Amino acid sequence: MNPGAFERRGPREWVLPASGAMHVPAVFVADEALLRAMDDKVREQAANVAMLPGIVRASYVMPDAHWGYGFPIGGVAAFDAGAGGVVCAGGVGFDVSCGVRCLLTALRRPDVMAVQHRLADALFERIPAGVGSTGAIRLGAADMDAMLAGGARWAVRRGWGHEGDLERVEDRGQALHAKPGKVSEHAKRRQREEMGTLGSGNHYLEVQEVAEIFDARAAAGFGLEAGAVVVMIHCGSRGLGHQIGTEFLAEMAAAAPRYGIRLPDRELACAPILSDLGQDYLGAMRAAINCALANRQILTALVRQVFADVLPQAGAMPLLYDVSHNTCKAERHAVDGRERELYVHRKGATRALGPGHPDLPPALRPFGQPVLIGGSMGTGSYVLAGTERGEALAFASACHGAGRALSRHQACRRWQGRQVIDELAARGIVVRCPSSRGVAEEAPGAYKDVDAVVDAADAAGLACKVARLAPLVCIKG
Amino acid sequence: MQAGWEHFDHGADIGVRGHGPTESAAFEQAAMALTAVITDPGGVAARQSVPLGCEAADDELLLAAWLNALVFEMAVRRMLFARFSVVIEDAPMRPGRAPSPWETGSPAATHVDTRAAGRRQLRAVAEGEPLDPARHHPAVEVKGATLTALRVAREGDGWLAQTVVDV
Repeated sequence: MNPGAFERRGPREWVLPASGAMHVPAVFVADEALLRAMDDKVREQAANVAMLPGIVRASYVMPDAHWGYGFPIGGVAAFDAGAGGVVCAGGVGFDVSCGVRCLLTALRRPDVMAVQHRLADALFERIPAGVGSTGAIRLGAADMDAMLAGGARWAVRRGWGHEGDLERVEDRGQALHAKPGKVSEHAKRRQREEMGTLGSGNHYLEVQEVAEIFDARAAAGFGLEAGAVVVMIHCGSRGLGHQIGTEFLAEMAAAAPRYGIRLPDRELACAPILSDLGQDYLGAMRAAINCALANRQILTALVRQVFADVLPQAGAMPLLYDVSHNTCKAERHAVDGRERELYVHRKGATRALGPGHPDLPPALRPFGQPVLIGGSMGTGSYVLAGTERGEALAFASACHGAGRALSRHQACRRWQGRQVIDELAARGIVVRCPSSRGVAEEAPGAYKDVDAVVDAADAAGLACKVARLAPLVCIKG
Repeated sequence: MQAGWEHFDHGADIGVRGHGPTESAAFEQAAMALTAVITDPGGVAARQSVPLGCEAADDELLLAAWLNALVFEMAVRRMLFARFSVVIEDAPMRPGRAPSPWETGSPAATHVDTRAAGRRQLRAVAEGEPLDPARHHPAVEVKGATLTALRVAREGDGWLAQTVVDV
């Protein structure tokens, strides 16, 4: 992408002024190299988002952005219901509430390395992963609705985890105002056998070492110290969320004309927040958020069981935090000195509340919200912390991962699965995956430089670096 | 035009493209491309038949609906498909269509155009077999067919049908 098309507001802030049908500007937060590497389609998509009714302040693009559907992946946009604002199924995506959670352990790197292969085998055996995998839990109709209303809170009540986990999950483990009745039977059927499964593609479970600390105070507050071992889980709302995304995308695309909405791209299918369709989508989407939170909570319980068997000295494995990076949430933000309720869409972007925010649990409040940035097998992952400046910059949002640099085909042409696994093994990283091609498609080299993405987010003030995590064991979906 | 399929690049995901002498053939080939996202279609035996049907406002939305119907059946039946037989035609005229669950009771539903005119429908049989991870080595599951790069059109002496699928 040519930076010449932008007005440069700062070293890492690039503004595409509102023109034509754009109601607001598009603001890219990235360093020049990351901006240049972005596809021109990202600019087109960010400008299209700026054309949607009721958008507030700007259409934002995070440093890891790449070409998505309707919204760019790494896109953030807030809408005011009272100003005719919309809720956009394309602004949330198919994998509703896909996200990352991080568990702390009492282990050090040598503890894991002593049983590395046994631990990998045990995790691979107990955590259902890959295409067509099924979980041990079967939900009847009443349980399904209870899960969709209760989220991680439901899972804890059913014995997967403990109460203390809940305050370390966004919205305390439960998206309120979910409407299981607005979730189709098709979506529920797709989920019937998928509770407690990891999924495939870029979803994974990793055992990681804290490789570097950048902010000692925040790291201590988060329970992170150099050499310690953590577990990171990346997955979403499985088949249920995919089906909800599919159905409402089609429904909203068909309904847009009757709401007088001219879509710049059919993939930006949306409905007014205050319409029945908008409210139904919000109800179903919140149910999908609860599905994702329950799923990650069940996976957490399975992980704890494996560690209790293989490495009992891991201890209780408390949750550091759980973030979702495909959501629309009603939040209060100050705009031009006035606090307003906005529906903030984050598509491949992480909420990043600053220090002191009342929605954070007291133990985390002094440091800001943990922002979990996933890598891909060989690449590092990061823990960042939300900042005060991030609120003003992009409605308290930050990046979510490295973002792809190569397509899946390009990756397959360049690497073979076995080769990737062997190269990672030579670096001390053990990978288990049901599909060799899946490993090739997710090869670390297929992703952007996560260090550059995180450095840009840190330097711009979206979130500040706390710790870098290096993989030891990776279970790929 | 000879029937065939291919993939095209799209950032994090994959484009599926079918072409053939007829629109139906192009849809069948797009479905082959969908299977090829997951596994080698040559390794999938046509042991079981599953009837499918869908309807949409136009040919392009019909392609998305067709691929999404296959995604759904693959997910709930734990199956892979490798042979397809598709018939596409105008949806029959009728006084009104049943409102979707989202339109029921909605004031906005009174503004819905209930005429079926211009709508297209698809009837199909997909043949395949239960997924066997040890034999099929599935690389990735498809979450859904998007409306990105969605195109159904006559091209030369045949038809093209394509869209991007989210994986």
